[in-house]
Amino acid sequence: MTDFLQLTFAGLALGALYALVALGFVVIYKATGVINFAQGGLVLLGGYLTYNAHHTWHVPFLLAIPIAMVLCALVGAAVERVVLRRMVGQPVFAVIMVTIGLLIIIEQVVTGIWGFNQMPMGDPWGIHRLKAGGLALAVKDVWTIVFAAVVMIAFFLFFRYSRLGVAMRATAFDQEAAVANGISARRIFALSWAIAGAVATLAGVMLSAGGAGVRPDIEFVALIAFPAIILGGLDSPSGAVLGGVIIGVTQTLTSGYQPQYASWLGDGFGSAMPYVVMIAILLVRPYGLFGTREVRRV
Amino acid sequence: MTTRLRNLNMTLHYADDLKLFKSRQSRVGIAVIILAGVLLPLSVKDDFWLSVLNYAGIAAIGAIGLNLLTGYTGQVSLGHAFFIGVGAYSAVYFGGHHGLPLPVWLIAAAVVGGLIGAVIGPFALRLRGNYLAVVSLGLVFIGLHVFHNWRSITGGPGGTSVAVPLKLGPIDFTKLSIGSYEYTRNQSFFFLVWFVVAVAALLAKNITRTRPGRAMQAVRDRDMAAEVIGVSLARYKVGAFVISSALAAVAGALFASYQQFVQPDSWNLFVSIQYIAIIIVGGVGTIFGSVLGAIFIGAVPQLVDKFSAHIPLVTKSAGGGGGFHLTVFQLNQMIFGALIVIFLVLEPRGLAAVWLRIKAYFKAWPFSY
Repeated sequence: MTDFLQLTFAGLALGALYALVALGFVVIYKATGVINFAQGGLVLLGGYLTYNAHHTWHVPFLLAIPIAMVLCALVGAAVERVVLRRMVGQPVFAVIMVTIGLLIIIEQVVTGIWGFNQMPMGDPWGIHRLKAGGLALAVKDVWTIVFAAVVMIAFFLFFRYSRLGVAMRATAFDQEAAVANGISARRIFALSWAIAGAVATLAGVMLSAGGAGVRPDIEFVALIAFPAIILGGLDSPSGAVLGGVIIGVTQTLTSGYQPQYASWLGDGFGSAMPYVVMIAILLVRPYGLFGTREVRRV
Repeated sequence: MTTRLRNLNMTLHYADDLKLFKSRQSRVGIAVIILAGVLLPLSVKDDFWLSVLNYAGIAAIGAIGLNLLTGYTGQVSLGHAFFIGVGAYSAVYFGGHHGLPLPVWLIAAAVVGGLIGAVIGPFALRLRGNYLAVVSLGLVFIGLHVFHNWRSITGGPGGTSVAVPLKLGPIDFTKLSIGSYEYTRNQSFFFLVWFVVAVAALLAKNITRTRPGRAMQAVRDRDMAAEVIGVSLARYKVGAFVISSALAAVAGALFASYQQFVQPDSWNLFVSIQYIAIIIVGGVGTIFGSVLGAIFIGAVPQLVDKFSAHIPLVTKSAGGGGGFHLTVFQLNQMIFGALIVIFLVLEPRGLAAVWLRIKAYFKAWPFSY
């Protein structure tokens, strides 16, 4: 039982990480209809910018995060302005490939500046653990869950009550009608990329915190977050969080129990599990759990 | 009169639009390309450039398949690497373990690839656009897991060596000989690979210029409208998957037999991205472009590597420490990423369109407008 709870908690923390990455995807998809493969690049950049602010500019860690968030948001907005804006109205395939191209470029720029070595983040959480009942909870995992929850609530409030949030929803719903009502679609597009950059930074920090260190391969988490967003539905923030948690918990439970009970599935099946779950759910619900069904006209 | 007008490339009948060779020039052009293909390995003995061309040819076969699926039928697939891997392991199984002759293992690879494509294809009927792209991405990761664990064929994470028969009757593709002249392995392989490229290109061209090709393009442009006018979506979407994965498997089989050693990690997501980059750079929705793109994407890293000493900010060792500098590998990746972005933003129709523009300019030369 303790094992089960321990694995579930680890799954929740992992799911919260996926959710942080997935929320960045969703905000861009919701506003611009672009599925952003470069999100992993923004996660990577955000992590390294925080490292840089903390270690090179000697800013306290908790202040380094917001600084990096602002910088990464600016990069996100700039990428949108320079590249993605030219792609408006292009086929899905072309837009996906442009973001993949951007991902590859960002990766090279980051490793060109900071190199390939794993470097300690210097976060206050380190490898400390809380004892609760028979469980050992990593402080960093608890904070990851808290951050994901805060971001999700902030998203909810923002989209529900702020003028900008409503404008974003309107643009996503019907771009032309939104523009006719005096909403600047350009500002909305840039803003969505900026928000995605800021959220990505948080994800990057949490991925490198807790003794893991900041390293180039944190960008790959974005690829595992895909099942999470697809599962929840591409345009649903709450779906992203739920999808993240489902994928995270399934993944840790599979890694925990599969070698014991289903060893015929092979070594490391846990890492393939998210994709299996994703494909199974998509066959039943082709637009994810909370995604909006596309209305198709001839 | 009619013949004279035809010589001026004027289209008089619908049949003129469907012709394989639309003009005398294109017939001459193809003849020149074939002649060059036969003469090239004779004049280039440098193993390095021959191997670049061989890998480019293998990539061209896979890219033709992807172009049929993505360029002509509009189904975005990030799962091409998986099918390449399937082909490679089919070659290992049929050619290596069972020692079947060259045409048999090559066709067996195509059949296995096509069958798996037929299983995956129906997903495209349920999922569209972004969702299909991400599901096909999942295919790569599930494939990697299977390849890592199916040790009897794949040899596990460490990989397996591939020793497949490369003889076709009296012709030995490891050392061709004509008369007293004996070719090297690379030269012989060049003939094999580019012969398969020619067959694949002809097959693809014949599909695209006839009824199935028109149906596929109708599905790409708007699948619902295509269905309304009587195109069976199930038939053409699944059919496109079957042909594309069969061609991918052929490419994989040739890759394995050429490389003689394969590892499961060779079939990762980056390979899929590379194939998509090839058709973007070459030209989405053109067969000729797939070949052009494969040569271009194959040659650029080699050129960069050759001239790396003259490029500023580039070192042979890994980055880090002080300042910004890139390794040759990083620079290649960066150029690769930049090529994708630049082509999509500035010339979405790829190198094939550039070529057509040049051709159109000279067609009416010197009276171009």
